[in-house]
Amino acid sequence: MSDADRPNPDALLRSIQREETASTRGKLKVFLGMAPGVGKTYAMLEAAQRELKAGRDVVIGYVETHGRKETDSLTQGLPLIPRRSIDHRGIVLTELDLDATLARRPQLALVDELAHTNANGSRHPKRYQDVLELLDAGIDVFTTLNVQHVESRAEIVREVTGATIHETVPDSVLDQAEIELVDLPPGELLQRLAAGKVYVPDRAQAATQNFFRNGNLTALRELALRVAAEHVGQNVRDYLQARQIAGPWKTGQRLLVAISPSPLSESMSRWTRRLADNLQAPWLAVYVDRGRPLSEEEQARLQKNLTLARELGAEVVTTTDQDVVRALLRIARQHNVTQIVVGKPAGWRALDLLRGGSMLSRLIRESGGIDVYCVRAESTEVSPHPVQFSRISSSSPRQYWSALGVVAMATGFNLILAQWTGYHALSLFYLLGVVGLGLFVGRGAVLLGAASSALLWNFLFVPPRFTFHIASLHDALMCGVLFVVALAMGQLTARIRAQQAAEREREERATALYLLTRELAEAKDLAQLLSVVVRQLGNTFHAEAALLLPENDGREPLTPYPFSTFDVTEKEESVATWAYKNRKPAGRDTDTLPSSQALYLPLLTSTGCVGVVGLKPRSANRWSLQERNLLDNFIRQIALVIDRQRLSDAEQEAKLIAESERLGKALLNSVSHELRTPIAAITTAATSLADLSTDVTTQLRRGLIDEVVEASQRLNRLVGNLLDITRLESGHVKPKMEWCDAGDLIQVSLQRTAHQLRQHRVSSKVEARLPLVRMDFVLMEQALNNLLSNAAVHTPVGTAIEISARVDGPELVLSVADNGRGLPAEGAERIFDKFFRGPGAPTGGSGLGLSIVKGFVEAQGGKISARNREQGGAEFVIRLPVGQPPPVADEASPEMS
Amino acid sequence: MNENAPARSSVVLVIDDEIQIRRLLRLTLEGAGYKVFDAATGQDGLTEAAQRRPDAVILDLGLPDMDGLQVLKRLREWSRVPVLVLSVRDGEEDVIAALDHGADDYMTKPFSAGELLARLRTAQRHSLKGEEMKVFRSNQLEVDLVARVVKVNGTEVRLSATEYSLLRLLVQHAGKVLTHRQIMREVWGPNAVEQTHYLRVYMSHLREKLEIDPAQAKLFITEPGVGYRLAEH
Repeated sequence: MSDADRPNPDALLRSIQREETASTRGKLKVFLGMAPGVGKTYAMLEAAQRELKAGRDVVIGYVETHGRKETDSLTQGLPLIPRRSIDHRGIVLTELDLDATLARRPQLALVDELAHTNANGSRHPKRYQDVLELLDAGIDVFTTLNVQHVESRAEIVREVTGATIHETVPDSVLDQAEIELVDLPPGELLQRLAAGKVYVPDRAQAATQNFFRNGNLTALRELALRVAAEHVGQNVRDYLQARQIAGPWKTGQRLLVAISPSPLSESMSRWTRRLADNLQAPWLAVYVDRGRPLSEEEQARLQKNLTLARELGAEVVTTTDQDVVRALLRIARQHNVTQIVVGKPAGWRALDLLRGGSMLSRLIRESGGIDVYCVRAESTEVSPHPVQFSRISSSSPRQYWSALGVVAMATGFNLILAQWTGYHALSLFYLLGVVGLGLFVGRGAVLLGAASSALLWNFLFVPPRFTFHIASLHDALMCGVLFVVALAMGQLTARIRAQQAAEREREERATALYLLTRELAEAKDLAQLLSVVVRQLGNTFHAEAALLLPENDGREPLTPYPFSTFDVTEKEESVATWAYKNRKPAGRDTDTLPSSQALYLPLLTSTGCVGVVGLKPRSANRWSLQERNLLDNFIRQIALVIDRQRLSDAEQEAKLIAESERLGKALLNSVSHELRTPIAAITTAATSLADLSTDVTTQLRRGLIDEVVEASQRLNRLVGNLLDITRLESGHVKPKMEWCDAGDLIQVSLQRTAHQLRQHRVSSKVEARLPLVRMDFVLMEQALNNLLSNAAVHTPVGTAIEISARVDGPELVLSVADNGRGLPAEGAERIFDKFFRGPGAPTGGSGLGLSIVKGFVEAQGGKISARNREQGGAEFVIRLPVGQPPPVADEASPEMS
Repeated sequence: MNENAPARSSVVLVIDDEIQIRRLLRLTLEGAGYKVFDAATGQDGLTEAAQRRPDAVILDLGLPDMDGLQVLKRLREWSRVPVLVLSVRDGEEDVIAALDHGADDYMTKPFSAGELLARLRTAQRHSLKGEEMKVFRSNQLEVDLVARVVKVNGTEVRLSATEYSLLRLLVQHAGKVLTHRQIMREVWGPNAVEQTHYLRVYMSHLREKLEIDPAQAKLFITEPGVGYRLAEH
């Protein structure tokens, strides 16, 4: 297969995307007409009626019949979604109710007048954006459009008819649509107009008459036909290419248009789009940032130009370079661009010669195999004049005054110096002053300084003095050179300064991004990470920041992050939700709900949207292009990190689940063994008792009964332990703290465990006059019981067990000491863990006892520790804070009355 | 087991939802000479209590249809019959609540048959007691409630006024458990019921003065989390 035959990857992609989205995305059908009155709405309703008959769920979202009877009758049978009323300064306007339509979820919605501009206060400024949202929601849409509203044709229409078109629809919207041309010969349209069948608003009467001229209509008709034909052509070509059917297409064409803040860029974008359409080529719009500060007006215009290019279907690239030509060619080569489109220079520039030729000639010379189109930029109403002016005069009035001040100082100095030296040397001091100025002030002030220096030198020092007359040619040259050199030097230093400033700004941006990255990397958990995000966004963009994250992996609505620096109102929250759902920026400075207080940017990752960032600038200024770029970088970084954190949290959670599964298994193993043993003992003993013949000794009978009792008590203890551990685990242990008597506690515990301890020598040592201690008597008794029973199980029969209570400083110390083998050398620190059993531990314990002790003691604010005693054996020590018991009034007289 | 037999053929009503417990209690109680009726739900229990007029009720606190405490309250609206409450855990809130609402005693499952019968007897005796006890004797302790004289092994012991009123209360309910709240209310008045540290202090005074070995109390028994009981024997 030759290179030329290879399917165009773009076409393939487009085709695949179209097929992919076809199943989920709604289909758009546009009824395109050349002018109002050709019957687009009528055609649309007819088509809708056919769909209705075919059994589809069709609704009218917004249809304007202008009271025409034939059209009205066609709306019958079509359910109508009530329009939304918007009160705009006392005038009630009705608009498509987007939310109601989305909620109704029809299969097909009719939305008239695609180019319509929505009333202020609607979600989107433009109706086509409403339509795009309907399509995104999987709803098919029928709509109408006049050709003059197609973005790429607006310019031509203006030239043909003289009418400026304000409401336009981006070509990218039409790219996705099926277009049905509603055609009517101009003659017939004019007849209909004359018969009053065309709705014309009163106020536009005069303009309309100008518009509806036969010549105009013929041109518009041709335009409409061409749009429809090109559209069909493109679909066919995509199809052919995607399926490698040989056809007459060009391969690998790619266009690049240079964009600047100039108002002319707008028409250049349109021109390139048309060329790209004809060539069936993708195109790039490139802005080269030369590091020159832009005025606010320029910023706004640049944004507009780039947005327009994007809407027209361009891939927008911005880059930073001092040399525009070098940058354009670099981007062009990177993207395999075949044609570059630039604007025709406005005039001859002297400095071009110094730069090695004009930009255009350099571009042509250095472009090599790339074609260069030089396009006459069609002038628009905006005059280019302020651009030039604003560039020179980027100095404040204060700077002009300081320029004059410096010149005055130089003059004073020269007047003194003039007594000793010739006037030629004095010119150098003026020069010095102007160069110095260049370091601190803008270009305009430098120009003033240079001019006034030259004039003053001439007037005050060049003979004949105190006239502007210059006697010798020599001096005249000197004066001229002084002016030019001063100006050049001043400009040069001013430019270096501007570059430095730009450099510094770039560095600041890089630093900000670096700081963010570093702090994000240092954050240990999601909460810390989010607080870093809010703080860094706030600092870097001088804005209040809010984060909105979906709860429960996106199943729940967005919740504002509690440490956000501004409160997201309910209304603002709906903007954020829109941004989240549609994965597009919304709010301030965007096309969606621009009246919002804050800008909402979705945090997009490869897997989806992890949340929304809201930014509310502290001042009214718009963000500069550089700031927006930086913001985009921030957002990308933040999204990545949050996503990563989410994943690692999920991993952590999985680990926890695995751990609790392990514990569950251990519990099952332990319990099944520990439960079965006593049950087996009871069953065996009881059945033996039942089977015994009457003449068996009472001693045997007694023994069997003891076994049953013993096993039952063991079972009871085990179940008690299981219940206790469950209570602890589920956080149901709520100690009832009361002032209790530790001596009493030890007595009760010893009585309770007497049966288990019957084969050990037990001694208790309770310090006299123990104060009352705050504790939960029942929990503490349970803890002591477990320690005693633990000692009974783990030490040999006949050994001593000591229990004691004493006060040690601010603590009550309860100790249970035994004379057994002591704590295991390995895992001594794990003895309080659940299901931990010392190596070679005798059976009869569940491995829960000590962890319950720990849980109960700690629930009461106490501590437990274990150690091996010097004389052998283990000692468990519980420490409880004594506190200050309330006073008990002592009775003076011991005698009863 | 002769001494365990009730004075006359008493009727005991067992209210418990577990058939095995009912069966075991029936065996134990009938073996001790009681006449036994049982009920599996609180509602049935109340009906049975009204019909059979039992001399004692054994009531499980965990019933399927209604709270055991609720059954007790309804029963107490018209009957002073001694009620013995069964529970599964020491110091449980509902045991204390049941005692405060007029239950005579409680037992924690599992319990021994001998203990059950002893408690039942004590509860019945208190409810049958017609006249006020004048002198209490148990082991080393002798309390003359009329003369207000306390003797240990025949030697008079001097008690403070509060110590004596605490002792008198325990003596009057000898063998029965008294909750902290009940004791506090009787001895220190209704405003002091939360000041249980008074009770701990005076209880240790009593033990020091009246027990043979205060470190191994035999007279004044602590019921963990619930209250105290004076041993009868």
